[in-house]
Amino acid sequence: MKEAEIKRLLATNLLCVFSVILTTTVPAFFLDSFSVLGTHLTWLCVCSVSVSALNIVLYLILKPNPFPKRRSFAYKISRFLKCCVYFFMSCILFHAIVVLYGAPLIESVTETFLFAVLLSTFTTLQCLCVLGPNIQAWIRVFSKTGAMSIWDNSLQITTVCSILGAWFGAFPIPLDWDRPWQVWPISCSLGATFGYTAGLIIAPLWIHWNRKLLTYKSR
Amino acid sequence: MRLRSGVFASSCLLVEALGVALFLRGFFPLPVRSVPRSEARRDPPAEPAPPGSGMVSNWTSVPPPLFKKVVIVLIDALRDDFVFGSKGKQFMPYTTQVIEKGTSYSFVAEAKPPTVTMPRIKALMTGSIPGFIDVIVNLNSPALLDDNLIWQAKTAGKRIIFYGDDTWVRLFPKHFVEYDGTTSFFVSDFTEVDDNVTRHLDRVLKREDWDILILHYLGLDHIGHMTGPNSPLVGPKLHEMDNILKKIHISLLSKEGEASLPSLLVVCGDHGMSETGSHGGSSEGEVHTPLLFISSAFEKRSGPITQPKVVQQTDLATTLAVGLGLPISRNSVGNLILPVVGGKTMREQLRFLHLNGFQLSRLLQENTPAYEKDPGYEHFKIAEKSHGNWIKLYLDGNNSEILLNLGKKVLKQYLEALKTLSSSLSKQVAQYDMYSMMVGTVIILEVLFLLLLSTPKALSSRAEFEVPLSPPLFSLLFYLMCLMLCAVHVIVCTSAESLCYFCSMSWLTAVGVMVLISALMCGILSAVGKILESSRLPVKNPVVSNSSWSEVDVLILAGTIGHVLSLGASSFVEEEHQTWYFLINTLCLALCQELCRNHFLVKEGDPQHSINLKQNFENVKEAYECKNIDIPAADDSKLGKVTSSAEFIKGSDKWISLASPWIILICCRLLRSLNQTGVQWAHRPDFGHWLTSSEHKSELSFLAAVSLVMIFILVQRKCSLVSKIAMALGLLGVYSYRAAIGNIIFPWQRDSKDISKGITEARFVYVFVLGIVFTGTKDLLKSQVISADSSVKSIGLWEVYSGLVLLAALLFRPHNLPVLVFCLLIQTIMAKYIWRPLKFDAAQITIMHYWFGQAFFYFQGNSNGIATVDVSAGFVGLDSYVEIPAIFLTAFATYAGPLLWAIHLLCYLSSEVSRNSAAMGHGCFCYALVRSIPVAVYIILVTSLRYHLFIWSVFSPKLLYEGVHVFITATICLFFTAMDQNQSHKVQD
Ligand SMILES: [Zn+2]
Ligand SMILES: [Zn+2]
Repeated sequence: MKEAEIKRLLATNLLCVFSVILTTTVPAFFLDSFSVLGTHLTWLCVCSVSVSALNIVLYLILKPNPFPKRRSFAYKISRFLKCCVYFFMSCILFHAIVVLYGAPLIESVTETFLFAVLLSTFTTLQCLCVLGPNIQAWIRVFSKTGAMSIWDNSLQITTVCSILGAWFGAFPIPLDWDRPWQVWPISCSLGATFGYTAGLIIAPLWIHWNRKLLTYKSR
Repeated sequence: MRLRSGVFASSCLLVEALGVALFLRGFFPLPVRSVPRSEARRDPPAEPAPPGSGMVSNWTSVPPPLFKKVVIVLIDALRDDFVFGSKGKQFMPYTTQVIEKGTSYSFVAEAKPPTVTMPRIKALMTGSIPGFIDVIVNLNSPALLDDNLIWQAKTAGKRIIFYGDDTWVRLFPKHFVEYDGTTSFFVSDFTEVDDNVTRHLDRVLKREDWDILILHYLGLDHIGHMTGPNSPLVGPKLHEMDNILKKIHISLLSKEGEASLPSLLVVCGDHGMSETGSHGGSSEGEVHTPLLFISSAFEKRSGPITQPKVVQQTDLATTLAVGLGLPISRNSVGNLILPVVGGKTMREQLRFLHLNGFQLSRLLQENTPAYEKDPGYEHFKIAEKSHGNWIKLYLDGNNSEILLNLGKKVLKQYLEALKTLSSSLSKQVAQYDMYSMMVGTVIILEVLFLLLLSTPKALSSRAEFEVPLSPPLFSLLFYLMCLMLCAVHVIVCTSAESLCYFCSMSWLTAVGVMVLISALMCGILSAVGKILESSRLPVKNPVVSNSSWSEVDVLILAGTIGHVLSLGASSFVEEEHQTWYFLINTLCLALCQELCRNHFLVKEGDPQHSINLKQNFENVKEAYECKNIDIPAADDSKLGKVTSSAEFIKGSDKWISLASPWIILICCRLLRSLNQTGVQWAHRPDFGHWLTSSEHKSELSFLAAVSLVMIFILVQRKCSLVSKIAMALGLLGVYSYRAAIGNIIFPWQRDSKDISKGITEARFVYVFVLGIVFTGTKDLLKSQVISADSSVKSIGLWEVYSGLVLLAALLFRPHNLPVLVFCLLIQTIMAKYIWRPLKFDAAQITIMHYWFGQAFFYFQGNSNGIATVDVSAGFVGLDSYVEIPAIFLTAFATYAGPLLWAIHLLCYLSSEVSRNSAAMGHGCFCYALVRSIPVAVYIILVTSLRYHLFIWSVFSPKLLYEGVHVFITATICLFFTAMDQNQSHKVQD
C-alpha cells in the first residue's frame, strides 16, 4: 500500500513540476514577447494560477486526507471561503515578511505582492489542499514529529524547500553583475520556484529512501 | 596553568591584536610625505652660489614656462605595445609617424601597483606614490589635498579644462574652469564614454582662453575589461584615438605661428592591461604605459628608431611642472625627463635639475632622520658644488669648450643624484611588506586555531581548562623552532632589498615575536595531541548529544560561515549591511518559530515538552528563591502568579512574547530605511536625508526630543537615583548642544540664532558621562572589595552602560538618535521576552548580541567605505583638533553599535551568572571566537587579493575597519575578564 501511495505521490509531484515547466514556455505561444525574465509579472501570475489550479484539481481527484463524513453544501462553502481568507492572509503575511526583509515599501508593490502570492501558492495553498483550514493540524504537521502520512511529509519538504529557495534567491541581489535576473523580485521568485520543484522531486525520493523509518501514528 | 575561558580568550585576543597591528603595518606602508601644502610655501631655491665671496647668482625665481599650452590626453589602460608595438603601427598611423619622424620624445612610463585608475591619476599629478594611508589622512573629503600639479597651475592663474573620467572632478573640485565628467560605471559602454569627451574637442580647440586641457578617455579600458587586449574592438578604438591625437596636434600646430611659445601634447596611459584585460596587479602589461611628448620645440627625430627609454610614471608631474614654469610638487618623487628641456641652454637645464634635486633632497630630509648618509643626498651635494663652480665660470664670461664639457659633467652628476634620491624615496612605499604581513598572519592564524581547538573545553560547564605551558616550553621542538625562525629572520632581513618594517624593529622585539610564534605553535600541537589522546581513550561518560541542534543553532552556524565566505566577493563587502540585516531578520523569524513552538506545542501535552517545561519552571522558581537580583522588580509582583499556576507565561505576557520578534523586525525595518548605506543603493532616498534637510528642522527637533525621552525611560529603570538625575540632565545637555550648533531648534525659538560650537554644552554632558561612569565603577569596585550582594555589581555595570549610552547620544547626529532608542528597546524586549523564557545558553546569546551589534554598526549609517566615518564626532566639545580625544571619540561614535551591544551582553550575562556560573566565561570566549574567525579569514583573503582591481576602494577600507574592531573587541574582552574576576573572587569566598 505504501509503495503504491509513494508512486501516486511521485506522479502528482511530477505533474506539478511539469506544469511549472510548461508555464515558462507555453504562454509564449499566446502572448507576444513573453519571457520569464522580460515579462516577469505575467509569468508570476501565470505560474501561480496554473500551479494553484493544478493543485486544486489534484486535491479534488486524489483527496489525500479524505473526510469520511458527508458534509452539507453550506459547510463546504464556508470551508472554501475560509480557505480563501487564509490564502489571502498568507499572501499579506508573506508580503509583510518580504518588506521586513528589506523590499521597498511603496515602490514595486505589485512585484512584491505577486511574489508573495507565488510563495503562498507554493506553501499555503498546498497546506490548504492537504490539511484544510485547520490551524491545529498545520501546527501539528510543522512540528518535528507530526507528520501522519506521506502527504504530510511531502508537504513539509516542499514548503521548506520553497521558502529556502526564496531565501537563497536573495543572495545574488547585491552582486554587481548587472544581470537582468538580479532585479527584484526575479531572483527570489526563481529561487522559490527552483526550491519548489526540487522539493517536489526530492519528497517522494526521500520518503522512498526512508520508508522503513517512517511510521505514522494513526489518526 | 589553569586558566578560565575568559582570561584565555582575552589573552588570545591581545596576541591577535598584535598580529593584526603587524599585518596592517605591512599592508599599509607609511607614505612619503611633506608638510601640507597650505603651510610653508617656501620660495624656490636660488641657483647654487658660486664659490668665493662677492659673486651671487641673481636667478632666484622659478624659471619661466617653456610651453604656452599643454594638452594631456590620458587614454585609460593604454598599454605600451598599443602604441610602440605592431598594433600601434597598424592602427595608429599618425602617432607612429610622429614618433618615428616627427618632433617628439617617446618613453615607456612604469606605473607602480596598484595599477588602478585613481591612485594612478594621483601619481601622475602629484608625482608621489599614493598609499592607502593617504586616503585615511584625507578622510574629510575625497579631494586631493596634497600639493599637486593642478593646484599649482590653478594657483599660478592657469586656466584648466577637463573632460573625461569624473574621478578627476572629485579629486580636484573647483580646479577646472570647465569640465564634463563621465562616469565609468557602465563598463559595457565602449563608445558613449569617449564621444562625451570628444564632442567638446572641436569647440575647445578653436578657443584661446585656456592653458591646460586634460582629456581622459575610458573606452579602451572598458573594452579591455569586457573582451581583453586582443579583441577586435581594440583596433578601431586605437584608430579613433589616433584620429583625435591627429586633430589636436594639427590644431596646435596651426596656432603655433601666432604664439611666442610652442605648445605641448602629452599622450599617456594611467596603467596598462593584463593579458586577460584587467588591471590592478603588477604584471608587465599592466605597469608599462606609453608616454609621448609632442611639441614643435623638440628637434625632429632622425636616425634609426630606438627602443623607447623606461621612465617612472611619477616623472611626468615634475617634467610638466618645469615645462609650465610651476614649482615642483612637494611630495613628488619624480625626476625631470631631461630630453624634454633639451632644447634649452645649459644654464637653464642645470637650473631645472637643481630645482628637482633640491625638492627631492628636502623630501628626503623630512622623511628620513639619517638623510645625510643617503648616497643620493651625498651625490646631490657634490653635484651642487660643481654646479656652483660652473656658475662661477659662466659668470666670468667664459664661453669656451671647457664650460660646455664641465656643464655636461654636472648634468650627469645631477641625473645620477636624482635617480638615487627618487629610488630611495619610492622604496618606502613601493610595495607590500610581505614579510611583516606573513608574520602577522601566522600569529592571527595560530590564535584562531588555539581558540578553535579549545572550544569544547572552554564551553564546558566549568569554563576553565588546563593550559599546558611548561611541557611545550621546555621541549626541544620549541627551541628548535625558535632557532629556525630567528635564522629565517636574519636571512630575510639581510637579503631583502626592500625596507621591511619588521626588520627595522629592534632585535629583541623581533626575537620576542619569534618566541611567541613558536610558543603558540607548540601550544597548538600539544592541544591537538591531547585531543587525539582523549579520542583514543574509551569514552567514560558518554555525553551523548541528546540536545540535537535546534534551528537557531543551525542558523547561527550557517550565518557565521556564510558571512565569512561572503567577504571574498567585493560586492558583498560593499553591501555587507545587507548580509547582516538578512541574518538578523532570519534570526528573528527563527526565534519567532521557537517561541511559537514553546507556546503552542505545550498545550498538546507532549510528554517531553512538559518535562522540559517543568524543569524550566523549577529553574525559574529556584532563581526566584535565590532572590536573584536580575529579575526586575516589576516581575516580582508576578512571582505569585507564576508559582501558583502551572503555565509558563501567562495571558498577556504570552502574547507580548509572541509578538516580540515582530516588533523587533519592524524596528529593524525602520532603522534600515533611516540610513541607506553601502554602494549600490546608497543614492536611494532615506529618512536620514529627509530629516537633515534644512526645511525639516522642526521634525528633526521633535524626533530628537522624543528619542531622548525614550532613551531616558529605557535606561533609567535599573539605575540608582543619583545617576537617574545625572542621566536626565545629561540628555537635556545633549539637546541643548545640538540646538547650540544649529542641528535642531528649541520649540520657542523662531528664527535661527547664531550658531556656536556648543563647547560649554558638550562639556556639560561630558561631566555627566564621566560622573555616571564613575559612579558605576565605584559600585563595581565596591562589589569587588566588600563583596556585597551582586545587586550592587549589576547596578554598577548598568550605570557604566548608561554612561556610554549618554556619550553615544551626544556624539550621534540627531537623526541617528532613534538608532539608540531602538537599540535599547530591542535589548529590553529580547532580554525579557526571548532570551530568559527560551533559556538560550550563553554562547547563543553572545552570538546573537554580536549579530545585532554588527547590524547596528550599519544601522547607524556606517559602511565599509571610508567616506561614512563621521569625523565631526571627534570635534564635539573640543575647541580645536586634539589628536587623542578626537580619535577616541570618532572611534567610539563609529563603533557605538557593536560596543553598546557588547556591554549589554556583559550586563545580561552578569545577571545570568546565578543560573550558570560559567556564563561570563562562555560569553567572553564566544565573543573572541566569533570575532577572530572573520578577521583571520579576511586577512588571508586580502593577502591573496592584493592585486585585485578593488583592493584600494573596497577591500582595504574593510581591512581597516576589521583591524580597529579587533582592538575594540580586545578591550571589551579585557573588561569582561575583569568583571568575571570579581565573580570568581566571590565564589571562592
Ligand atoms: Zn584606468
Ligand atoms: Zn579599468
